[in-house]
Amino acid sequence: MAGTAVRGRLTWELAELVEVVVETPHVKTIVLDVPSWPGHRAGQHVDVRLTAADGYQAERSYSIASAPDGTRVALTVQRLEDGEVSPYLTDELRPGEKIELRGPIGGYFVWEPSDGGPLMLVAGGSGVVPLMAMIRTRAAARDDTETRLLYSSRSEDDVIYRDELERLSGNGLGVVHTLTDSQPPGWTGYARRVDPEMLAEVAPRPAQRPRFYACGPTPFVEAVAEALVRLGHDPPAIKTERFGPTGR
Amino acid sequence: MPPEAAKLVVSRGWRGRRSTDVDPARIPPGQYVTRDFPVLSAGPTPHTSLELWDFSIIGELAEPRGWTWEEFLALPSEEITRDIHCVNKWSKLDTVWQGVSVDTLLAGIETSAEYVTQYSDGGYTTNLPLEDITGGKAWVVFAYGGEPLAPEHGGPARMLVPGHYFWKSAKWVRGLRLHLSDEPGFWETNGYHNYGDPWQEQRYVGD
Repeated sequence: MAGTAVRGRLTWELAELVEVVVETPHVKTIVLDVPSWPGHRAGQHVDVRLTAADGYQAERSYSIASAPDGTRVALTVQRLEDGEVSPYLTDELRPGEKIELRGPIGGYFVWEPSDGGPLMLVAGGSGVVPLMAMIRTRAAARDDTETRLLYSSRSEDDVIYRDELERLSGNGLGVVHTLTDSQPPGWTGYARRVDPEMLAEVAPRPAQRPRFYACGPTPFVEAVAEALVRLGHDPPAIKTERFGPTGR
Repeated sequence: MPPEAAKLVVSRGWRGRRSTDVDPARIPPGQYVTRDFPVLSAGPTPHTSLELWDFSIIGELAEPRGWTWEEFLALPSEEITRDIHCVNKWSKLDTVWQGVSVDTLLAGIETSAEYVTQYSDGGYTTNLPLEDITGGKAWVVFAYGGEPLAPEHGGPARMLVPGHYFWKSAKWVRGLRLHLSDEPGFWETNGYHNYGDPWQEQRYVGD
């Protein structure tokens, strides 16, 4: 099965674009059909490879957004203005066209319903993507693991999966947003960066031994992980995935 | 493998953005050059005080060796300028480090070990054949770009093994364990390649 250490080479496979979903002004989900897809676990990623007419190639990694679903694999991609690959995936690739992909990759930052909880997910911006795969996997399995998502976005318009998260809430899933830069009129939720006080309010107590998954830009994840350790949570129970530079 | 996958799959209209100021021979397959210094860590950043820090050589040797932070800094160190390559696709060229050669740490040790595990605060491990970190191929570094190594980049000290993908350069390293047999480490048991040669693009199991 996917993700186990005993497995043959991950070959480059053809993936056909079947659908594009606009998530926010800067983020789109591309739904791919991969006939050879072996299945995946929530939290895993894929490598995507583009090839120019002269043979030049570039590879990038993208988190899988979808729960296991046959040959369908959804990637949620943030368009980086100076990016080499992401603008092509979000704006140029057309349904019916194919790219190369290999995966699933990664056996650590993964969660399956059998892993249990309570589950505490902490997302910064597009770091929500692999965590959404966990929420979707939980929902698809009709699993009732107590799960909380603390999700930091700049503004309401930047919240990825907003409607779906609202729909999936309940049945043991709680979603808490914080909007750091601007808030809509009447907003009563958090309106600041994730800090230790917020984590103490939202996360289960250390005695409940929650499993943490934190994903986002490097300074965000550094701050979250450090705060969780200070709050008394067990470092090995805090799994992190960071992207981007350190800002130094 | 379906026959069509063996052909070049050209992405219509995509040109890519090639570095014009970099010798392509310095970039392993599938890598791109970054000026940033991204971070890849699986868990919280450990913070070990320098009073408690030590570095040890343990395992297959007659007498374990160890250095306190002060003793470690008193060892002969050198400036090392190398290109580094992360399995997450970025490469960073001409990075400048200060550190102690593993050859210095192992000098005079007699061992029948053929493998080594780097082990770190926080529980991280990574494995290599011993010959891949000896003979001027690896260092324990404590400064980057002329500054003390930042915690998120592995400070106070990390390994530098530039011949391999950068997960083979353990952050927050506390010692080397010498083994008779190969013992796959953290990422090596989580889907990544056991050897990790960037020039062979050995990213994942089976590559």
